[in-house]
Amino acid sequence: MELLSFSIKAIFVENILLAYFLGMCSYLAVSKKVSTAFGLGLAVIFVLTITTPMNWLIHHFFLRSGALAWTNVPALATLDLSFLNFICFIAVIAALVQIVEMFIDKTSQKLYAALGIFLPLITVNCAILGTSLFMVEREYDLLHATIFGMSSGAGFFLAIISMASIRHKLRYSNIPDGLRGLGITMLTTGLIAMAFMAFSGM
Amino acid sequence: MAASEGGEPLLSAKSKKVFTDPFSENNPITIQVLGICSALAVTAQLKPSLVMGLAVMAVVAGSNVVISTLRTLIPNKVRIIVEMVVVASLVILVDQVLKAYAFDVSKQLSVFVGLIITNCIVLGRLEAFAMGNKPLPSLLDGLGNGLGYAWVLAIVGGCRELLGSGSILGFSLPENVYTIGYVNNGLMVLAPGAFVLLGLLIWVQRTLSKYVED
Repeated sequence: MELLSFSIKAIFVENILLAYFLGMCSYLAVSKKVSTAFGLGLAVIFVLTITTPMNWLIHHFFLRSGALAWTNVPALATLDLSFLNFICFIAVIAALVQIVEMFIDKTSQKLYAALGIFLPLITVNCAILGTSLFMVEREYDLLHATIFGMSSGAGFFLAIISMASIRHKLRYSNIPDGLRGLGITMLTTGLIAMAFMAFSGM
Repeated sequence: MAASEGGEPLLSAKSKKVFTDPFSENNPITIQVLGICSALAVTAQLKPSLVMGLAVMAVVAGSNVVISTLRTLIPNKVRIIVEMVVVASLVILVDQVLKAYAFDVSKQLSVFVGLIITNCIVLGRLEAFAMGNKPLPSLLDGLGNGLGYAWVLAIVGGCRELLGSGSILGFSLPENVYTIGYVNNGLMVLAPGAFVLLGLLIWVQRTLSKYVED
């Protein structure tokens, strides 16, 4: 039950995109069509669910202060390698995205074709790296980290799908020149974010 | 391009253009739509926005110079990984410097210093400029783009702090403003305020520079 409310909090109240602004670049670029937004959303959920626990293990057993105590080498016991977090996390994410891409290519051609170019682009999506960094900062355990990763992905999916549907309708409206494209998208996102804030009382 | 390179004075018309273009006509945030995440996330107050602007400027300029120096040595196939490693190392440097000299700001920026790695401006400039140009123009390009990013952050941060918490850089508005009925707009500090404010700023900037997206 506690896990369920934790997951709902990560999806709605603290939506990775609408409350923390992570993944905005791909959100703005890919929300023009519902079908591509759907593909990207799925890929993000997938990658987040795998990378977050992966990075948790690396942080927990190798990088955090005193993490190397299990080696029983006295010199390593007090070592704090957490300044290497950034470079290790991004390497894990890049490698994992590559592996996932090859795996999907081998097993399901249909899914591979649907995700297309978005899979490699996920490496530079800040939502992925951001989730790993948040997970470290908030000191989650492995179970919570996994659920946090999955729920963050679901939140991103929800946001990008709703934006794509709205932009689909917006195409037929008469918008002032300077506001076309990015401007109106930002204003609409502001309204969606306001609607999502209503969840915070729950 | 390559033929006219070299032998230029430091601030010839061309390198000046490389430097000033990103301020308005080619602004990374309002025109190219890059690096939006951090532009929104750190701007609830002016001080972290300024520090973030400086940090990104340092990383863009530094990585531009490094990659442009190495550009003939990097094999094309692995260039993204090489760029990522260079950027990540520079970000670690910036993060350590911030932790040492401005600890509270670094706490406020939290994960967003680390997220400079995935800031599209950095990778975008490396791919679009540093891979094909000499170190000096690359440095100017990096500084220009960093400044173009920083001024948008400063404006958004200044507006949000002024309207949201009624202060600038921690100095609050005089009391008598409130006695005549002025109220802080709490929404500005929250996420929707950031979206709406940046949306309006983009509208103004694009109208002034007559840029129309199809």
